[in-house]
Amino acid sequence: MATVSLEGVSKTYPNGVRAVSGLDLEIADGEFMVLVGPSGCGKTTALRMVAGLEEISEGTIRVGDRVVNELSPRERDVAMVFQNYALYPHMTVAENIGFALRLAKMPKGEVRSKVEEAAAILGLTEHLDRKPSQLSGGQRQRVAMGRAIVREPAVFLMDEPLSNLDAKLRVQMRTEIARIQRRVNVATIYVTHDQTEAMTMGDRVAVLSAGTLQQCDVPQSLYDRPANLFVAAFIGSPAMNLYEGILSDGADSVRLGEQCLSLPPGLTSLEAWRGSPVVVGVRPENLHDAAGQGEPAPGRALEGDVELVEALGSERLVHFRLEASRLHGVGVAGGAGSERDAADLGRGELGAAAASVGVARVEPTSSIRGGERARFAVDVERLHLFDPSSGQAIGRH
Amino acid sequence: MTGRLRMRVVVRETGFYLGVLVVIAIALFPFYWILRTSLESDGQVAAGVGGKNGLLPSHLTLSSYVNDFTQQHFLTPLVNSIVVALATTFVTIIVATLAGYALARLNIRGAGAILGFVLLAGFFPVLAMIGPLFLLLKDLGMLNSIYPLIVIYLVYTLPISTWLLRNFFAQIPRELEEAALVDGATRLQALVKVVAPVAVPGVFTAAILSFILAWNDFAFAVSFLETPSHFTAPLSIVTFGQSQFQVFYNRIDAAVVIISVPIAALVLILQRRIVSGLTAGSFR
Repeated sequence: MATVSLEGVSKTYPNGVRAVSGLDLEIADGEFMVLVGPSGCGKTTALRMVAGLEEISEGTIRVGDRVVNELSPRERDVAMVFQNYALYPHMTVAENIGFALRLAKMPKGEVRSKVEEAAAILGLTEHLDRKPSQLSGGQRQRVAMGRAIVREPAVFLMDEPLSNLDAKLRVQMRTEIARIQRRVNVATIYVTHDQTEAMTMGDRVAVLSAGTLQQCDVPQSLYDRPANLFVAAFIGSPAMNLYEGILSDGADSVRLGEQCLSLPPGLTSLEAWRGSPVVVGVRPENLHDAAGQGEPAPGRALEGDVELVEALGSERLVHFRLEASRLHGVGVAGGAGSERDAADLGRGELGAAAASVGVARVEPTSSIRGGERARFAVDVERLHLFDPSSGQAIGRH
Repeated sequence: MTGRLRMRVVVRETGFYLGVLVVIAIALFPFYWILRTSLESDGQVAAGVGGKNGLLPSHLTLSSYVNDFTQQHFLTPLVNSIVVALATTFVTIIVATLAGYALARLNIRGAGAILGFVLLAGFFPVLAMIGPLFLLLKDLGMLNSIYPLIVIYLVYTLPISTWLLRNFFAQIPRELEEAALVDGATRLQALVKVVAPVAVPGVFTAAILSFILAWNDFAFAVSFLETPSHFTAPLSIVTFGQSQFQVFYNRIDAAVVIISVPIAALVLILQRRIVSGLTAGSFR
């Protein structure tokens, strides 16, 4: 039971690649912290540095009160679940789970009772005598979990533990891991590239890109108040629509091509961007089919040419095109499809995707059809504004 | 329609298995002939092939096997070969395992160059080494002894074993060791308790290969050994017919069976262990 803290932690490989730079994170005792980001963003490297499998180039990592920088993995009191499970193939399930306890010279009877207890939590009791090769993928995953929880470590580290499971099992294990973590109540760092896992499992979520922490907050805040373009584009599916617009001289509206959206009063510190380009973000669910809702007030609607409508039953995803300019900024790759692979993001090709394409999530009863021109009511209170050069959020309430 | 389809499948499969049978027959016939000849008496061999000495031996006898040990003193060379081959295998496995592990896992500057050099050494023609080695052994006064062969045979065994084990270790995922380290093992414990058991099939394969290579050597043995009591088995077999007025193919073939059967049995028994990788089930 301990907190984990990373202060200015960096990792530079001998070939000069900087995988992590200046990472500051504080994980409270019992907290479930998710590190999320696209492939190659440094999240696994950060985890391995906490485990002691990767040397720390700069900064300090503490587990509890101890600085662990120079300690070997065995001295850190951490347990890790690997992406590929890394079960010992020549040992039975019971031996796999009890390996750490036997290394710690725990008496045999005690090892057995601890292993049986862990197996009971994970539903592995009848498989204890099997070898890993005789188990299904989900069962192997559980054994890997069992190996971690049986030790009652100070910290749990999990490196994309669900990425090798099929979709159905992944959803099931997602809740199960969250349940087990609550039960053992140990500080946990969980690495994933899947934003759904991040949002559903984490007490807090740290978004990483290119080795740098973008934002660390509770999931809902990440969604509601993304700190920059990267987080805005990364969190949420379908992704936030991002357009390049011009802020009015009065800073009370923003122009997208020929159209204009008024901004709610009370946005602060927009002075510097008066009359200048800004990035406007609208989440798909903040665009509604204007038909049948009465004419929206001026400045609260957008018109676009509908290209495609995806009926998902509970909702419809309307893909449309605006006459707004493409986004040539930093930090965003807009997703035109309803399903984005997170790994597609963060490659620095900002504005490469046509930002004039957008997605609206509308009621299943909507009669919007492909090929038509549609009018959307916009929740302007929910607009996000970003500085196009730095990508930072601006004009917060 | 289905009848004709089934007919075509039957014809095709029959053809395939007939082809397989032919290949097997061609491959195994020499072994059959060796076995057949080894079970004949000296007289039968003298009479030559044909007539009664057709494809099937008319009269089976173990006399050539007995003669090998009584008259030809085959036991001494056999023991010599066993000593040399086992010792070579032992040294090979220790050196190749450590070298292979190091080359696969440690950050060694120029590991690729080392591996390339090891491979190159394996390709170096044996005949070109005999001259220098002969002079070396002569100067050291170690000619006509089996013990230098233990070191010399490493020329055969080390390159291939090092390569094989290096590739085997490289295939064992790093995460396996890392999991052990996080579980509280020291590096040595991780190696002994996790990596070594997983590497067993690779070590077996390397050991069998090394044993066979050392066991089958003729070139070095014939160059460095002089007196029959110091001969290895393959060298000794060649001399079986020489001092006689005739060549006793039956005795030679009996000796060939004697030195072949243990190896064949070893490979057959261990085949499953070699082929089936132990890592099955460790990962997704």
